[in-house]
Amino acid sequence: MIEARHLTKTFRDKKRGEIRAVDDVSFRVQPGQIYGLLGANGAGKTTTLRVLATLLQPTGGTAVIAGHDIVREPEKVRANVGFLAASTALYGRLTAREMIAYFGRLNRLPEAEIRVRIKRLADELDMHEFLDRRCEKFSTGMKQKTSIARTLIHDPAVMIFDEPTLGLDVMTARAIVRFVRDCRTRGKTVIYSTHLMGEVEKLCDIVGIIHDGRLHAEGSPAALIARTGEADMEDAFVQIVGAKEPA
Amino acid sequence: MNWHSIATVYAKELKDLLRDKRTVRSMIIIPTLVMPALTFGIGKIAAGVFSKARAETPVVMVLSDGASPGVMAQLEQDKKLRLVPARDDWKQQISDKKLRAAVQLPENFEAGLKAGAAPAVTIYHYEGELKSGFAVNELEAFFRDLSARTARARLAEHGLPETLVRPFETRRENVAAPEKVGGNALGGIVPYMIIILCFMGAVYPALDLTAGEKERGTMETLLCSPVARVDIVLGKFLMVLTSSLAAMVLSLISMSVSAVAAGSVLGGARMAGAARAAAGAGALPTIDPAGVLGVLAMVLPVAVLFSAAIFTVALFAKSFKEAQTYVQPMVFIVILPAVIGMLPGIDLNARLALVPILNLSLVCKEMLSGVWHWNYIALIFGSTCVYAAAALALAVRMFNREDVLFRV
Ligand SMILES: Nc1ncnc2c1ncn2[C@@H]1O[C@H](COP(=O)(O)OP(=O)(O)OP(=O)(O)O)[C@@H](O)[C@H]1O
Ligand SMILES: [Mg+2]
Repeated sequence: MIEARHLTKTFRDKKRGEIRAVDDVSFRVQPGQIYGLLGANGAGKTTTLRVLATLLQPTGGTAVIAGHDIVREPEKVRANVGFLAASTALYGRLTAREMIAYFGRLNRLPEAEIRVRIKRLADELDMHEFLDRRCEKFSTGMKQKTSIARTLIHDPAVMIFDEPTLGLDVMTARAIVRFVRDCRTRGKTVIYSTHLMGEVEKLCDIVGIIHDGRLHAEGSPAALIARTGEADMEDAFVQIVGAKEPA
Repeated sequence: MNWHSIATVYAKELKDLLRDKRTVRSMIIIPTLVMPALTFGIGKIAAGVFSKARAETPVVMVLSDGASPGVMAQLEQDKKLRLVPARDDWKQQISDKKLRAAVQLPENFEAGLKAGAAPAVTIYHYEGELKSGFAVNELEAFFRDLSARTARARLAEHGLPETLVRPFETRRENVAAPEKVGGNALGGIVPYMIIILCFMGAVYPALDLTAGEKERGTMETLLCSPVARVDIVLGKFLMVLTSSLAAMVLSLISMSVSAVAAGSVLGGARMAGAARAAAGAGALPTIDPAGVLGVLAMVLPVAVLFSAAIFTVALFAKSFKEAQTYVQPMVFIVILPAVIGMLPGIDLNARLALVPILNLSLVCKEMLSGVWHWNYIALIFGSTCVYAAAALALAVRMFNREDVLFRV
């Protein structure tokens, strides 16, 4: 489970002064749910997810993930989280197998267990063909599969995805979306950020619309569309964000 | 701190770096091949230039009034000089390096000598020019000899003994053990080499494991793992330290081997079996082997200091290139004290013992010549350990700062 309480993150920037990238954000995601964080560029999606993954420290508020507080027990939080972003790359000089095994060891899994899990993940993700080749020569699809296997090796209860389909072709993007659904089926708690309305409608149980670091609306895609009286998600989004846009 | 995590990070970084051609180049090939080749290459070229200059018979001109045929004849017969006929543009010729030196015989030189006068002979030369210097040496030797012969003749004329003008002689004899002589001669250059090699060995991995990882986006991936940041820093740091020490030890071994192979440069034949056992000792055949072990022990905290310092600085950069521009000025900070330590005449004292790098350079010079000032050695080892620990603590601290790791 993920429970964010008044999460706030400010950056100090020499030119722009104080930036409130995340501003008093609270939400809750249950196991078996996919929570979609929908927002434009610079809305604060990546910052929110990095704070949840304990890569960044919140300046205010906190969150509890799988029973652990992100401020007080960041290492225990990370042990229960799989974080996948467009910015989390692979070690080019390692093979896919070595890359996945490395993260198994960092998660303190025994070697025998790592071998078994890699075999299973490679079966599920159809990776056997390139499992022992170096990541630097991979296609984007192979890289994405390897990254997914890397986030799953320790079988985390919570998955955090930051625009995982960014820059992928339709087929690869669909494979990712299917995989995220599988995570839900397996009872994982999933949070998923995107700026694509279509993905949100297809995938998410609850959508949080984030703009300028603030959560402006929350609900199922159907409920949001109904509430705004618009025809689709895109119009609903524009109305919610546009109406509240500061002059 | 968790040793399993540190070892996991270290093992991965080692495997990863050894697969990188650039590491293999900077950690193994350059220290083992290029550094000794450079050292001996430059030495050989210098020796070659020197002996070639030596082998050449210097061209000199005698400016005289023609009234000293005897001296002229003797100069002509001197095989170490080649006389050319006098010309008016001798000054220009010396400047153009066509003529090495010219000598001005005073008027009626020979007659003056016979009459007991003390005429002055002037030698014109090109100050600071090697070959002109050799010519001057030969001319001075000739006139010193002529002067001695003239004095003897004058004394004999008056029936006086030679000891009248040469009441005593001086002689010098070396009593220092050969390793002390070797220590003094090599003691300056060896610590200098070690310091530079330690630093150079640390640079590439330190940059690659920090700024390089940020640039490639793998740092964020690594930070997602449950491993504590301090363990990540220590694992990476140990890899940088390994590379620093490997570069140094490999290059010292390879220099020793090439010294033995060359046989001549450092007199490899005299090398003792014990010295051969100690890494790098072969390069210092006339140096106390205990001194070499002492040097290696003293280098350890300095290698830690370098590794942690470069690691910390490179951590701030967003890309490998940016990190290089930060590290380049550090090279001067390292080379300067190393060079000062190499200068003759600077000796260790309590204050200098606290100056990092310089203190190492100075104490190594002493240890290699068999001098063991234990209080200074303890002070230097202790203070360097403190600096190294501070640098490492700083590295851990910076690694925990998100504005360093996630700089935009
Ligand atoms: N490390 C940082 N230092 C300073 N400002 C930052 C930092 N990271 C993000 N920001 C700022 O915080 C705000 C939110 O950025 P964030 O990356 O979270 O947005 P995003 O919703 O992920 O956008 P995108 O769709 O472009 O990925 C932006 O104004 C950004 O410039
Ligand atoms: Mg983003």
